[in-house]
Amino acid sequence: MMQIKPILAALKRHKAGTILIALQIALTLAIVCNALFIIQQRVDRLSRPTGMIETDLMAIQNRWVGIDDEATAPLVKADIQILRSLPGVEDAVSTNSFPLRGGGWSMGVRLNPTAKKPITQTTLYFVDDHALPTMGAKLIAGRNFRADEVVTIDPKVFESSPVVIITKALADKVFPDGSALGKQIYITEGAPSSTVIGIVERLQVPWNGNFANKFEGNSTLLPIQLSGNFSAYLIRSKPGQLASVLKAAPAALFKANRMRVIPSERGVRTYADVREQAYKSDRGMAILMGIICVVLLAITAAGIVGLTSFWVGQRRKQIGVRRALGATKHDILSYFLTENLLIGIGGVVVGAMLAVGMNLWLMQQFEMARLSPVYVIAGVIVLLLLGQGAVLAPAMRAARVSPVEATRSV
Amino acid sequence: MFAYYFQLGLRSLRRNPILTALMVMAIGFGVAASMTTYSVFRATSNNPIPQKSSQLFAVQIDNWGPEDNDKGEPASSLNYTDSIALMKAHKAKRQTALYPVGLAAVPADANLLPFRTNGYAVYGDAFPMFDMPFLYGGGWSSAEDDGHAAVVVIARSINDKLFNGANSVGREINLDGHNYRVTGVLDSWDPKPLFFDPVNTSGFDDPVDLFIPFTRAIELKMSTNGNNNCNKNPGDGWDAWLHSECIWAQFWVEAPSKADVDTYRQFLQGYAAEQQRAGRFHWAPNVRTRDVMDWLDHQNVVPAESKISLLVAMGFLLICLVNTVGLLLAKFMRRAPEIGVRRALGASRREIYGQFLIEAGTVGLAGGLLGLLLTGLGVFGVSLVFDPKIARLATLDASLVALTMLVAVLATVLAAFYPTWRAAQVQPAWQLKSN
Repeated sequence: MMQIKPILAALKRHKAGTILIALQIALTLAIVCNALFIIQQRVDRLSRPTGMIETDLMAIQNRWVGIDDEATAPLVKADIQILRSLPGVEDAVSTNSFPLRGGGWSMGVRLNPTAKKPITQTTLYFVDDHALPTMGAKLIAGRNFRADEVVTIDPKVFESSPVVIITKALADKVFPDGSALGKQIYITEGAPSSTVIGIVERLQVPWNGNFANKFEGNSTLLPIQLSGNFSAYLIRSKPGQLASVLKAAPAALFKANRMRVIPSERGVRTYADVREQAYKSDRGMAILMGIICVVLLAITAAGIVGLTSFWVGQRRKQIGVRRALGATKHDILSYFLTENLLIGIGGVVVGAMLAVGMNLWLMQQFEMARLSPVYVIAGVIVLLLLGQGAVLAPAMRAARVSPVEATRSV
Repeated sequence: MFAYYFQLGLRSLRRNPILTALMVMAIGFGVAASMTTYSVFRATSNNPIPQKSSQLFAVQIDNWGPEDNDKGEPASSLNYTDSIALMKAHKAKRQTALYPVGLAAVPADANLLPFRTNGYAVYGDAFPMFDMPFLYGGGWSSAEDDGHAAVVVIARSINDKLFNGANSVGREINLDGHNYRVTGVLDSWDPKPLFFDPVNTSGFDDPVDLFIPFTRAIELKMSTNGNNNCNKNPGDGWDAWLHSECIWAQFWVEAPSKADVDTYRQFLQGYAAEQQRAGRFHWAPNVRTRDVMDWLDHQNVVPAESKISLLVAMGFLLICLVNTVGLLLAKFMRRAPEIGVRRALGASRREIYGQFLIEAGTVGLAGGLLGLLLTGLGVFGVSLVFDPKIARLATLDASLVALTMLVAVLATVLAAFYPTWRAAQVQPAWQLKSN
């Protein structure tokens, strides 16, 4: 370490190369930190549970053709009967939407019906008493709907329901003291209240975009079947029979009534497909950033190897002189390692600032979260180690320079 | 001289194979990453109607007021009341209110299943306004708008499906149980992004299959197939909803000149002021007119993924270039003795510049070729990151190939300036002496 002074003096004579390596390390650190952070955020997001048991679950999207919106209720009822009685089907439910579907209905929740601003947002799932068993959502307090509570309503006149089941996330938000069960909440401004009769552990909202992050666990289930042109069916098959139900269910529906459209794309999907499609861009972004990180680190390492090799080549004579004057191989090796470490430290200091700056800018532009310092520290360590690793081979070559070299061509 | 230097450059590529390979790879990867992401960015930030994009304007009227609007910005859609009032006023050269309708087409052949279509309810002005090309027939007249006529303009794909591609003008199709007379068949027309409705689509959804009159759709109580936003409870039933402040319609006007736009904006101001006087708006007029590109930008049609990955890729290219500067410096300075000899034999600094920049260009060319290969792979792989609807718009066409090579060579030559300058500074005497 007493070598630092002469190293600094030598670096002064290689300003360009030093600055280039430091700059490269700085830029790499800035990008790698932010890329790792993006990866972590995306992975976090796509590993969120929906609150449902996702195996043996499938979804069908159905639209009626040439039928008045008000007249669809009996058709949906018939469809559900058909689905529930299919061999291989455990249970089925008709709903307006389901977790990760994309589109859905959201409302503001109030405790005071005339409050201007709601306490929080919630999504509404219009279902019946079969929703919890079909979804596999876990009821942690209260009870499920009873069959006699289920009614059919035109969505244009819907205001509220006398009873609702809400998720724990929503319950905790509206009643932080944990007393939600049995309480009244308002889901439409100025409309009658709804009694919370049950609380489920978790049920995600239909959206997975950034805008829904604030209420991604706030769901409300209502014992209401909406009339209208559109309905979605969630179907739970008996264990292991999903593949056969996937074929049998749409066939049975068409057999009962062919005046319907089940889109060829995304009309019939296993829940695994729903999840994959919902998070496709998140997964892709994580993979892309991963590839960029690896290639970037490789290129930086290659750059360090290249430049250091050049320096070693340039300084063979000086190395020979030092060796002849008594420096050990170890001295030479540690000279180059220390030199690289100094440049690396310079680079990572600038790089850390760049990384934070870049993150601040991304936060402003793309509603990204604040970069945790853990990523910067991890990035710093990775880059310093990478630098030391990259310099090892040229430094070892330098250490092998024989003292005889000093006597040549002088 | 150029050819000779170029040859020298090629030869020197082989001299330090590892150093050369490193540089070529750095440039190749850097260029490929930025070109791949650029191909997506280019597709998403495309001008879908270049000949008219500065004459078509999306209209916004703040009917919610400062309490419910987005930080002073009027919402992106209009309600029915305002849409109809603007249509009736008829103050622009052409205008149309529009909203998406999801109708199912029922084939006459009972053996075929009904299928979903992606339609829009528009006014007859929309066809000339948006420059839609017709294969057969044409749009409908304003008389048919006024008469709530059951007419339809279908896309070529629907015509192929229902009529086997024959001229179907005058024939009828069944949509959701109602018959419509075909007045025209559109030739292939699929603007990307779908500029007139980025609000209800990502801008890159499937092509539009058909258009029906707005007035007919309202008569049949067709609610929007897109977003409907209400700031307060609209009350029960269709009529209450229709006349509420719920917003769900887009409104477009054609204003050929700057003066026309100004006149129209003044009219909008006046309209909003009138609503204020009438007591409907409790706030000062707050209206906007935005042309196509402005509107697409305002609606964030370019996905955030596209912007972020383009930025990251640019940073990546920058690092690759810094890397190249370093490696070129090493490569050139290693040849200091050679430069010394050349200079001593009478080569000017200019000639040294020329030789080394051309040599760098050769490296850039090699990097560009590798970059082209990788860009091809990248474009193939963008479906990994982007929605397939967007990914399929990214293509490796002639202009992208040319751009890839250009960026590669230009970037490398740019990166070579400093190393070349250093090479030209070599003192011949010093070099000759020390060897």
